[in-house]
Amino acid sequence: MTALGVAPGLGAGPAPVRRGRRRSTPFLLALVGTAYLCVFFVIPLVSGLIVSLMSGNPDDGYTFTWNFGIYSSLFVDPQVPYLTFLLRSLWYGFAATLVTIIVGYPVAYFIAFRVSPRWKNPLLMLVFVSFLVSFIIRTDMWAFVLASQGPVVTFLQGIGIAGKDFHILGTGGAVIFGDAYNDLAFMVLPIYAALERIDPRLGEAANDLYAGKFRAFWHTTLPLSRSGIFAGVLLVFIDCVGDPVNSALLGGTNTYTIGQAIQDAYSGNQQYNVAAALSTVLMVVLGIILFIYARVSGTDDLEDLV
Amino acid sequence: MTAVAPPRTAAGAPAVDGRAVRGPRRHGVNRRGPWLAIVYWVVIAITLVPIVYMIVYSFNDAPTNRLSFAWNGFTTYWYANLVNVSGLGQAFVTSVAIAFLAALISVAIGLPLALALERYRFPGRGAVNAVVFADIAAPSIVVGSASLSFFLSIGLGTGFLTVLLTHVAFDVAYVVVVLRARIAGTSRALEEAAGDLGATPFQAFRLVTLPLLAPGMLAAGLLALAMSIDDYVVTSFVAGPSVTFPLFVYGAAKAGMPPQVLCFGTLVFAVGLLVALLNGALNRRLTRTRG
Repeated sequence: MTALGVAPGLGAGPAPVRRGRRRSTPFLLALVGTAYLCVFFVIPLVSGLIVSLMSGNPDDGYTFTWNFGIYSSLFVDPQVPYLTFLLRSLWYGFAATLVTIIVGYPVAYFIAFRVSPRWKNPLLMLVFVSFLVSFIIRTDMWAFVLASQGPVVTFLQGIGIAGKDFHILGTGGAVIFGDAYNDLAFMVLPIYAALERIDPRLGEAANDLYAGKFRAFWHTTLPLSRSGIFAGVLLVFIDCVGDPVNSALLGGTNTYTIGQAIQDAYSGNQQYNVAAALSTVLMVVLGIILFIYARVSGTDDLEDLV
Repeated sequence: MTAVAPPRTAAGAPAVDGRAVRGPRRHGVNRRGPWLAIVYWVVIAITLVPIVYMIVYSFNDAPTNRLSFAWNGFTTYWYANLVNVSGLGQAFVTSVAIAFLAALISVAIGLPLALALERYRFPGRGAVNAVVFADIAAPSIVVGSASLSFFLSIGLGTGFLTVLLTHVAFDVAYVVVVLRARIAGTSRALEEAAGDLGATPFQAFRLVTLPLLAPGMLAAGLLALAMSIDDYVVTSFVAGPSVTFPLFVYGAAKAGMPPQVLCFGTLVFAVGLLVALLNGALNRRLTRTRG
């Protein structure tokens, strides 16, 4: 066993306390990690908020002026329809999340209940196998596959289902498909974990008490896997709403999302305050939606999911 | 040797396969209908479509040095001229270096934090938990733009260092989650036994806890590595002049993809698959010898 004990630079190991455990131990253990997260995660979020309240322009620089007006100027009679981008992103996120639930639940259910224990891990791994290929390459290959000269459209036109002008690439459907494709595993894994925790005897008991398989599923398995669905929704919805890549590579001019808007405001136009304000709005909107969802679905302890 | 480890979830109940034997099969007529299996395998097939295209077209003899729909015959030219695309090799090396460093640092930082959160109750624990949770939940686009705001306001020029710092920041949260699960599943009895035998807490940690957590640290490190090497969104904000592999591929995707990108993708896929298969075989052997 000792042969395994290779520790990579544990600079922040526990203090060599002599006897018993001291009160300070957990603080010393948590110190470095907490400090790091504060400096490089919490403070940046706050500084994003500060930058959003700056005014100025790319040429003269920005100064902090409590410019709350930026928030109203982005959404009330704006030059750029940011509200449209935001609503569109929320729709894509919602649709993609729904797709991952509909597709991911049976996949997770199959692995959890229909295969022998020795095949569970390999089949679960298979769901993640596409992760071995870079996210951008995967998405761009879909652009290749779904393009008008590509195999899917050509095939559909060949068998007469699709007309001459039919196209997939560049539509909102393609973006939703890409979002759902890239995030499917993030839905399967938590649902699978939740299903695994269910005692199979409960399903049998329900089978004996209720009339049919469907009702047994509806009244026992589904409610018991709700925490898994919630965790999956959290991961998938947040990721899809903010994602700029699928809409850039699979979408067209009418699929511009809030993620692209933030990216372009920052790196393209150097409108730092606009970009920071948009990310703040996105964060707050996502927070509100997920808070309501948590309340409605009855998942009280969010931290239990982590 | 033949004994297969019992399923963890069964909690003393017979294995799933044993169900049919017990009791009347009143409701179990089409319990093993093929639909779920069909859905599963169709979904897997769809996830593999872009990978198949990537592999096939990495061998396409495209005359334009760009990915094209026309199949012009089989060639290994792109593999032979893998680093012929300016910037691609460098971008790959940068990505690998950042991913390894970020994984090492985040495990080193994350392990003590995971121990503190899982084994102790202390004031501020809830707040730290919330920060770790928020770090995972926050959309990459917000994390990226906020990090850039931060680096701009403290005057730190963007580049390799800022990419590494932000990657560690999101890796740590994943490392903590993975390690907490492992720590929760590790009994303290051995550690306490070491203490009874005269080991100092630090010795007990180094000689008992650490070896027990080594597989978990490896798993956490691999996850961190994967998250870092594949990140595009956050990196696109804080990279400055440095170019990582996803940034390069994104630029190429917009301007026309050189086939060598697909070769890199194929090689990484092959290596990753090999590691995954070896790992699976090793685990299987371990469970067999232990079972």
